[in-house]
Amino acid sequence: MTFWEMVDTYWLYYLVGRYPEGPLGGLALTLLLASAGLALAIPLGLLLGLARVSPWRWLSGPVTLLVYVVRGTPLLMVVFWAYFFLPSVTHVKTDQFTTMLLALVLFDGVYLAEIVRAGIQGLPRGQVEAARSLGLSYIETLRFVVLPQALRHMLPSLVNQFVTTIKDTSLGYIIGLTEVSQVATQINTLVFVFPTQIYLILGLTYFILCFGLSRVAFWLERRLAQRNSTSVKTQP
Amino acid sequence: MIRFENVNKWFGDYQALVNINETIRQGEVVVVCGPSGSGKSTLIRTINRLEPIQSGRILLNGEDIHRSGLNLNEFRSHIGFVFQQFNLFPHLTALQNCTLAPMRLHGLKPGAASKAAMALLERVGLAHKADAYPSELSGGQQQRVAIARALAMQPPLMLFDEPTSALDPEMVGEVLQVMRSLAREGMTMICVTHEMGFARDVADRVLFMDAGQVLEEASPDTFFLDPKHPRARQFLADIRIPFSPTL
Repeated sequence: MTFWEMVDTYWLYYLVGRYPEGPLGGLALTLLLASAGLALAIPLGLLLGLARVSPWRWLSGPVTLLVYVVRGTPLLMVVFWAYFFLPSVTHVKTDQFTTMLLALVLFDGVYLAEIVRAGIQGLPRGQVEAARSLGLSYIETLRFVVLPQALRHMLPSLVNQFVTTIKDTSLGYIIGLTEVSQVATQINTLVFVFPTQIYLILGLTYFILCFGLSRVAFWLERRLAQRNSTSVKTQP
Repeated sequence: MIRFENVNKWFGDYQALVNINETIRQGEVVVVCGPSGSGKSTLIRTINRLEPIQSGRILLNGEDIHRSGLNLNEFRSHIGFVFQQFNLFPHLTALQNCTLAPMRLHGLKPGAASKAAMALLERVGLAHKADAYPSELSGGQQQRVAIARALAMQPPLMLFDEPTSALDPEMVGEVLQVMRSLAREGMTMICVTHEMGFARDVADRVLFMDAGQVLEEASPDTFFLDPKHPRARQFLADIRIPFSPTL
């Protein structure tokens, strides 16, 4: 089998797995997992981050504990928890996709929460004081004054975390999820003679995804910066 | 209008306000001055509860403002506060800075809020900068927008915390001009400032503070021409000839 014969035979399998006859897999599954993970982790991260900076101890305390536990644990361990521990509690066998998704959302949510916290606490104290002295409530101050500014400052760190999420989907391999790394390994086992090429293609695939996302973010950042600069230049 | 009764405040071990007893009447313009660290900023920050107090009472129109259960947001919306560092919201235009609070708190429609805010920007001489972002304005312009933003809530009382101290010298005049016209219109104002010309022009009273205490209170003329307390004399000498060598 030549290299091009291999490409001709397996390209569709690489892209979508055994879909539509069998379950979805390959690159499509990786994309689905990454986007679903981010879509759920962003609101979770925002909520956890707000909880962490909230003045109410009963709320910030437990969330801080969660952040420390998850941050002090490898993602692989979180995946194992979700895979082995979760079914023993719920008595429902979660499928591999859901398992991986849950682990990713929890892990990313915690990291995003720390980014949100840093973004909020990085704002000058006077911004909150000015808003509160006008009579805006804590929530109104967050929504109309703090978050619009903080989110803009957070953008580079957020993108960093998004890129990490895309790459982290590859850990689904370990619990037998047929995402693109698993599929590449399967193809390698079947074909056997082109390991270098196969894993180069796999690496290139991740690179294109992450690079593309970085460019989109860069473009977004520039557009926001053009509209107005958030630093008040005349302040000492 | 405002009464301080035996107010004490500590930052940890450090006592920032010592037994403050003071009354400020409706329509009065009071200037608070004193060396840095004397507690003057702390004093006016306790009036809208940006700083808590540890003992004593502050009454606004007879109501204890540091009691728990006070509707803090409602209460603060009746006091305008102008900061040394302006603290405009950098992601909003000058106009939006002035419409945010009235729209949220008074439930004004955008049209009505903009109209009212434009009138205020006109009053501080910045109607033509309504769509500019704070980063596009000079320091003096930013501070004038900040005054307009505070006025937008139609507060009966305005507090100024060293409003001209962060400004380049040539911009001080334009801000004082706005404050002068406010004072002449009968606004109750408490201004922490070292602008002696301003104090002589419009202040009804000057309070001199040092080490958390009000050491002297007098009419501007009496205070500037014939200060009683030695510390006040020293202070006035220092700010008049700032770089004189100590002999």
